[in-house]
Amino acid sequence: MPRIVRRERLVPNIHLLEVEAPEIASKCRAGQFVIVMPDARGERIPLTIADWDRDRGTVVCVFMAVGTTTRKLALLRGGDDIPIFAGPLGLPSEIRPFGTVLCAGGCFGIAAIHPLVRALKEAGNRVLVLVDVKAGYLLYWEDKLRALADEFIVSSRDGTYHSTDYVPRRVREVLERERVDRIHAVGCTYLMSSVAEATRPSGVRTMVSLNPIMVDGTGMCGACRVTVDGKTKFACVDGPDFDGHLVDWNELYARRKSYFDDEIRSLCAWEEENFP
Amino acid sequence: MSDELTPSLKAELLAEFEKDWRKELRRTVPAKERMKTSRRPMPERPPDVRNKDFDEVNLGLGPEEAVEEARRCLDCAKPGCVAGCPVRIDIPSFIKLIEKGDFAASAAKIREANSLPAVCGRVCPQETQCEETCNLRKASGVPVAIGNLERFVSDFERRKGGIDLPEMAPPSGRKAAVVGAGPAGLTVAGELAKHGHRVTVFEALHEAGGVLIYGIPEFRLPKSILQAEVAYLESLGVEFRMNFIVGKTATVDDLRHEGYEVVFIGTGAGLPNFMKIPGENLVGVYSANEYLTRVNLMRAYDFPRYDTPVFPGRQAAVIGGGNVAMDSVRTAKRLGAEKAVIIYRRSRTEMPARVEEVHHAEQEGVEFHFLTVPTRYIGDDHGRVRAMECLRMELGEPDDSGRRRPVPVPGSEFITEVDLVVVAIGQSPNPLIPQTTPGLSVGKWGTIEVDWETMATSLPGVFSGGDIVRGGATVILAMGDARVAATAMDRRLKAGSAGRDQT
Ligand SMILES: Cc1cc2nc3c(=O)[nH]c(=O)nc-3n(C[C@H](O)[C@H](O)[C@H](O)COP(=O)(O)OP(=O)(O)OC[C@H]3O[C@@H](n4cnc5c(N)ncnc54)[C@H](O)[C@@H]3O)c2cc1C
Ligand SMILES: Cc1cc2nc3c(=O)[nH]c(=O)nc-3n(C[C@H](O)[C@H](O)[C@H](O)COP(=O)(O)OP(=O)(O)OC[C@H]3O[C@@H](n4cnc5c(N)ncnc54)[C@H](O)[C@@H]3O)c2cc1C
Ligand code: SF4
Ligand code: FES
Repeated sequence: MPRIVRRERLVPNIHLLEVEAPEIASKCRAGQFVIVMPDARGERIPLTIADWDRDRGTVVCVFMAVGTTTRKLALLRGGDDIPIFAGPLGLPSEIRPFGTVLCAGGCFGIAAIHPLVRALKEAGNRVLVLVDVKAGYLLYWEDKLRALADEFIVSSRDGTYHSTDYVPRRVREVLERERVDRIHAVGCTYLMSSVAEATRPSGVRTMVSLNPIMVDGTGMCGACRVTVDGKTKFACVDGPDFDGHLVDWNELYARRKSYFDDEIRSLCAWEEENFP
Repeated sequence: MSDELTPSLKAELLAEFEKDWRKELRRTVPAKERMKTSRRPMPERPPDVRNKDFDEVNLGLGPEEAVEEARRCLDCAKPGCVAGCPVRIDIPSFIKLIEKGDFAASAAKIREANSLPAVCGRVCPQETQCEETCNLRKASGVPVAIGNLERFVSDFERRKGGIDLPEMAPPSGRKAAVVGAGPAGLTVAGELAKHGHRVTVFEALHEAGGVLIYGIPEFRLPKSILQAEVAYLESLGVEFRMNFIVGKTATVDDLRHEGYEVVFIGTGAGLPNFMKIPGENLVGVYSANEYLTRVNLMRAYDFPRYDTPVFPGRQAAVIGGGNVAMDSVRTAKRLGAEKAVIIYRRSRTEMPARVEEVHHAEQEGVEFHFLTVPTRYIGDDHGRVRAMECLRMELGEPDDSGRRRPVPVPGSEFITEVDLVVVAIGQSPNPLIPQTTPGLSVGKWGTIEVDWETMATSLPGVFSGGDIVRGGATVILAMGDARVAATAMDRRLKAGSAGRDQT
């Protein structure tokens, strides 16, 4: 069983998990994810690979505690075993010298864009990084991203970083200001769909990393079906990156809510068992 | 598969047939006497009890019943049954060992040809294999219950405290990789381990068994049986690397570089097919793979004790007529569906499912709608399926498979309410390994191409078998392929570097 090297709270509700997984560390590339299961009765969930250390053979994920599985993960500690940590899954993000690339990330996406920013820089791009936080104290990995980015913009709704605008408006500002050749957005569905809408008029290619519900992550079940350009795709093997202007967002919203009631039941049952 | 037995097999069967104790049994109970007794029915739990839980439906024969059933077997000089068995189990020998009361020897006899007897005794389509060609069926209409007997002895073997260790060859110091822990992969692993090779099985999921663990439900094949088989393989020294996706975590080439001289690819046909009709992505429309994986592998039937949910339909429709469809519809019934229907485009006689499964499904209250196809799914405001439109069919001219082709009846569309749909219209091979293994020849349907004599692929040292080469078949055919491959792989390993470019 893979061993957890450390589990650390970055900011309230957002945690980092570093796991010993030498094979994954040696193979993974920006944009790929792992399937994780926190314990024997757990659910398999996908988490983006946010960083890795090929020498030490470790892989880092950053997750937001939203439901049962992520809460269970948040209680694990360094030294614990984790039953499933499988990958690297999905196709790596397309990395080429595009010119100027804007990477936008929110919540766990702030970490998830990190490998992307790094790879785009290595490929010779000018990379602008735009991160979204609800409030200034929820910003993490600022140093890591600043060190890579040509420009680092924070959109914080509490005004800590000057503007209270939500990401799409900040994206539009950048597009009005200068030529951008490509945009990449990672985070919750709302952030990704609203960035895609914001850039649609400009026609700048906007890649999003879709987050449908998954089970196996290897193309075996079809839980992760998304419609892109009118065609059904399996996000785990055909993606997770897709052209945001071609995604059927309403379908994705509906499919992500498939188990809304069950998720609450599951969380209640787990809380009753653990905090009686 | 040819029905002709090879001369060497005929000789082996004859040698057993001529043994004194066999002669003695034939003499003491004459054939006429044997033909008088009727087939022992398989004891099963009542339909309205079992359709509410996931415990096994069939209870298995008791020792007395098994011996009585074994006595029905005529011990034929030319046993039709063996020719009907894809792996050529010496059926008369194992049955006569039951009659003699030597259950352990009987189990060992089956294991000579079949590595997963407790599985095959439960899931093989015996009625189109050994039991179809059984001479007693030809003589009296009712064949010996070969499958039930196979199940009986293998259950006996497991319950008496585990499977006896076979004779092991001394360690060869050579390494073999097996990709996929389905019936094909598990069989290759067992065979190569017995020959003294170091075997590592790489499996993408977190439990071994392939379809047997994620697809076929507990009520038909309890997981404890697979667990016993895996424990047995571990006792033979087989190493399991779970959660390892070959093609992603490491490629076939990487494995070769790590010193695995031979590789067996047994990754099955895991990619679910959809019909590409409107509304197929509505919430509540599942592939059979997803539906069954949630329930079986992830234990959604025990939600919220287990964290993975599944949508419990009240009005469930399952599209398809094979074993996968039967498993799905019976699962829906067990999860509380008031109405659970099979929607199948041909008629009853064309259904590929095992006869017993269809019979059990009917007993459990499943409805069958034949000559019907869905044409679209209709959703509510929340994107959940609430109805489906279907079209009636009639049977036309026979198609390539010899089955009469269903043709739509114009204007016969009708709408029916559903809140759960499971699409069980077949699976295709997963392209992950072909895509990441340069030089591996793949056929038209994405199946891996092999030389059927050895199961060798286009890449030297790489072998394959089971659903990934057949595109969706049966457990026993997967296992048969695996035994052929294991023999060739063993030969290659023994030949060492000298034989490296030959197989
Ligand atoms: C390819 C891929 C990569 C992903 N990478 C990451 C990652 O790096 N870090 C991460 O935290 N998550 C990531 N996700 C999302 C993550 O898989 C889910 O957060 C997780 O499944 C939640 O499981 P749970 O049991 O804790 O919550 P559940 O009980 O399943 O969900 C609880 C509630 O939270 C909502 N919810 C779930 N996930 C999110 C989310 N990401 N944003 C907003 N609301 C959400 C659900 O809709 C539900 O209402 C990724 C998803 C995909 C498909
Ligand atoms: C619901 C259902 C019911 C069935 N009922 C019957 C029945 O009653 N009787 C019968 O004879 N047959 C039945 N079948 C068919 C039978 O199960 C298959 O023919 C058989 O399991 C094929 O065996 P296999 O070893 O080739 O592949 P599988 O059983 O599919 O096993 C393949 C294994 O490889 C793993 N894998 C795939 N890709 C990778 C990778 N890249 N890296 C590592 N591992 C990988 C998979 O996770 C899986 O564990 C049924 C099938 C289904 C789906
Ligand atoms: S053909 Fe039937 S009766 Fe004859 S040996 Fe086989 S099982 Fe027995
Ligand atoms: S998660 Fe199962 S196919 Fe994508």
